[in-house]
Amino acid sequence: MTRLIERYLTPLLLSALLLVASLSLGFGSTPVAVLEGLGGWLQGEPSEAALIIGEIRLPRTLLALIVGAALGLSGAALQGLLRNPLAEPGLVGASQGAALGAATVFYFGVFASLGTLATAVAGLIGAGAALLFMLLLAGSGRPALVIMAGLAISTVAGAALAVVLNFAPNPYAMQELVFWLMGSVSNRGLDSLIVLLPAFIIGSALILSQRRLLAALSLGELVAESMGQSVKKGSRIIVLGTACLVGSAVSVAGAIGFVGLLVPHMLRPFVGHRPERLLIPAALLGAILVCLADIAVRGMPLGRELKLGVLTSLIGAPFFVWLVWRERKRWL
Amino acid sequence: MALISTDNLTVEQRLKAVSLELHRGELLGLIGANGAGKSTLLHAIAGLLPAAGDITIEGRAADSIPPHERARVVGIQPQAVSSAWSLTVHDIVALGRMPWGDEDETAIERAIERAGIVAFRDRNIDHLSGGERARVWLARVLAGEPEALLVDEPIASLDIHYQLAVMEVLKSYSREQHGVIVAIHDLSLAARFCDRLCLLDKGEMVAIGTPSEVLTEALLSTAYGVPVDIDLERNPPVVLPR
Repeated sequence: MTRLIERYLTPLLLSALLLVASLSLGFGSTPVAVLEGLGGWLQGEPSEAALIIGEIRLPRTLLALIVGAALGLSGAALQGLLRNPLAEPGLVGASQGAALGAATVFYFGVFASLGTLATAVAGLIGAGAALLFMLLLAGSGRPALVIMAGLAISTVAGAALAVVLNFAPNPYAMQELVFWLMGSVSNRGLDSLIVLLPAFIIGSALILSQRRLLAALSLGELVAESMGQSVKKGSRIIVLGTACLVGSAVSVAGAIGFVGLLVPHMLRPFVGHRPERLLIPAALLGAILVCLADIAVRGMPLGRELKLGVLTSLIGAPFFVWLVWRERKRWL
Repeated sequence: MALISTDNLTVEQRLKAVSLELHRGELLGLIGANGAGKSTLLHAIAGLLPAAGDITIEGRAADSIPPHERARVVGIQPQAVSSAWSLTVHDIVALGRMPWGDEDETAIERAIERAGIVAFRDRNIDHLSGGERARVWLARVLAGEPEALLVDEPIASLDIHYQLAVMEVLKSYSREQHGVIVAIHDLSLAARFCDRLCLLDKGEMVAIGTPSEVLTEALLSTAYGVPVDIDLERNPPVVLPR
């Protein structure tokens, strides 16, 4: 069974992705004919269906897919790079760094000349800086150190975020920022793709260019280096790629936790545990899961909205507890 | 021409001006107490450590050889290796082909056979015993078919049966016009299998030569700090602390 899934994993995930995407386009409070609406929107018809599909559901679906793919891929890349099954954008400080960067832009108007790109650029810088500091602090890929260093950097970024909130000029800033941090893909226009898509493509390309290094790192830095891999340079490229993915995803959709942790674990048995084979399936499954979670969020009764990031955390956090439990059993 | 030669190879605080040559067809044993610099010397030759002095590989200055090309000529099996993921034995051995950028199945199968791990080629590494794993790591580096093979204490965790088996593998590999350097603690096995021995003490090379030249009471008791019994006439030879 595992063998069979292993062989057809990517096509399987691709078809599931298409299915979930069309489900997402068709799902909502108003029943709409998806294809008709899509066609109408493409031809610029001012019909209700065209408006709902083109202006609301399409951006939302695309964002959920790309953000999910970015998180799944960066989780797989980080776990491979650090040789640590507990690495995740949120646990190594990248998400908090990105949130800090983006929040700084929201409230102090830095990078104002960049316009709509400002939050994404700041998110990217924040994620990159956080990852860099984490790696410097940890000094190696040793699992316990990476988690501790990630915790330390997250705490620092969290404290700085509190300072930003504290001195925010706008009294409603706090509430707005807290909601944004909870993570959501609703009410964002197609123009946020202008930021997200290039960052996603560049980040993915950077990470995928280092597949061989990720494979070699399975046996440690020394062995990888001895087989002719440039560990230092390659690691920097992977960190930069992850920063691109996480920075842009967080700046557009806020913090959507645990996707990067969960997805690689679900897939590992189906790729023979090979870190380099995990990357593309992790992107696909990340996209599927975030889009499904967003459909679930939309399906909840009107009134109090459950934020997407809250839902993924509710599912992901117990999983994290289980992972720690399993690790514990290995050592006791 | 020597396969590898080092000239005044020095690593700060760990290795002092080591000059040696490794020839094709030779199994060179690296002996010395813990911390004598055996691993440092192997890592420096493999280019994993910045070192002063010169390393020449088949007549070319090692610094001038691009990393992946150097990795095809010099393969090293470091001492403490582990796999972060639950990979299959076959996939781990296949990683050894990385310097060549291929997955040459004949080379991989040859390495698996040589290391005697055919029986568990499809098992996952975390389901194997320490001794079985040690042979998988050896197969990994053999799959790259390097001209010069450097192995750091490959038999430390093995039972006597597999200690002999691994030493036989290294010996036969050297006989195929390759050069092998093995860091080894078991002096009796060193005397039995190695063509020449190199004795390190506190980062300095104190002796190099045939086993009978290096395994002397005077040299060993100074290097290890304990008196030793040496009987090289016996078959197999015996070197034991008194």
